[in-house]
Amino acid sequence: MTIFEQAPNTSSTNRPVKLVYFAWVRERIGVPQEEIALPSSVVTVRDLLHWLKERGEGYEHALQFPEVIRVALDHEHAEHDEPLGDAREIGLFPPMTGG
Amino acid sequence: MTIKPVIRVQANDFDIAREIELATAGHPEIGAVVTFSGICRDDGGSLAALELEHYPGMAERAINEIALQAAERWPLQAITAIHRYGRVTPGENIVLVLAASAHRQAAFDGAAFLMDFLKSKAPFWKKLIARDGSDGGWVDAKESDDEALQRWSAAEGFERS
Repeated sequence: MTIFEQAPNTSSTNRPVKLVYFAWVRERIGVPQEEIALPSSVVTVRDLLHWLKERGEGYEHALQFPEVIRVALDHEHAEHDEPLGDAREIGLFPPMTGG
Repeated sequence: MTIKPVIRVQANDFDIAREIELATAGHPEIGAVVTFSGICRDDGGSLAALELEHYPGMAERAINEIALQAAERWPLQAITAIHRYGRVTPGENIVLVLAASAHRQAAFDGAAFLMDFLKSKAPFWKKLIARDGSDGGWVDAKESDDEALQRWSAAEGFERS
C-alpha cells in the first residue's frame, strides 16, 4: 500500500456514511439501511466491522464472525484491509449465492 | 472490437430464444452461441419457492464488470446476462448467461467464466421458502463456488486462439 493510505480519513472526523445491509446481515441488524457518523478511528473495512459489532445485540449477532462478511464501497467489492476512503455508501452482506 | 454487454436485473421471466435472436441480430460473423440457464429446483419436493434478494445498482455493475473481463479474454461478439430477483418457484428461470463468438470454444469458455464469476461476485442471495410457507433460511455459499474461480486464474491464456 502507499504511504498515503490513511491520509483521506484524518480530516473527516465523524463523517456520515450510508450503510446498507443485505440477506441475513440485514435481518439480524434489523434495518435495511441507516446513516451513521463514523468516528475518525474507523479507517479500514475491518475497523468498521469491529466498531459496528459493539453497537448492540443485532449487530453482535450479524457480525459475530466479521471475517466472513463481504463489504462493498460505493458498489465495489473491498478487502478487509482496505481503507474506507471517501466511500459514501457501504454495503455489508454475506457471501453471495446468486446464479 | 469492443462490445456492449447486455445486463439486466429484473423480476420478470425472460425468453431464451428471444435473447439469442437479439444477441445475434446484425452479427453475421457469429457462428456459435452458448447459453446457460439456471432454474429453480424443488429439492425433492420440500421447496415451495426461492426469494432472491439483490443489491440494486451494485448487481448490474458487478455483472457488467465480469462481462467486460470475459470480453477482454475471449473474442466474443455478444454477451447477455440476465438475473431475476423476487420470488421464483420450482421450474422457473433464475439466471441466463449467453456468450456468442465466431467459434464454439470461446463461446463455451466465455459462458462458463461468466457463470462462475456471477455466482461468487454478483450481489444476490437466495432464501428458501418451504412447502408449508415457512422461512427455510438463507442458502449458504459453497466452497466449490470459490474453487470454480481458481481454474480461470490458474490457466491464464490457454483459451486464447
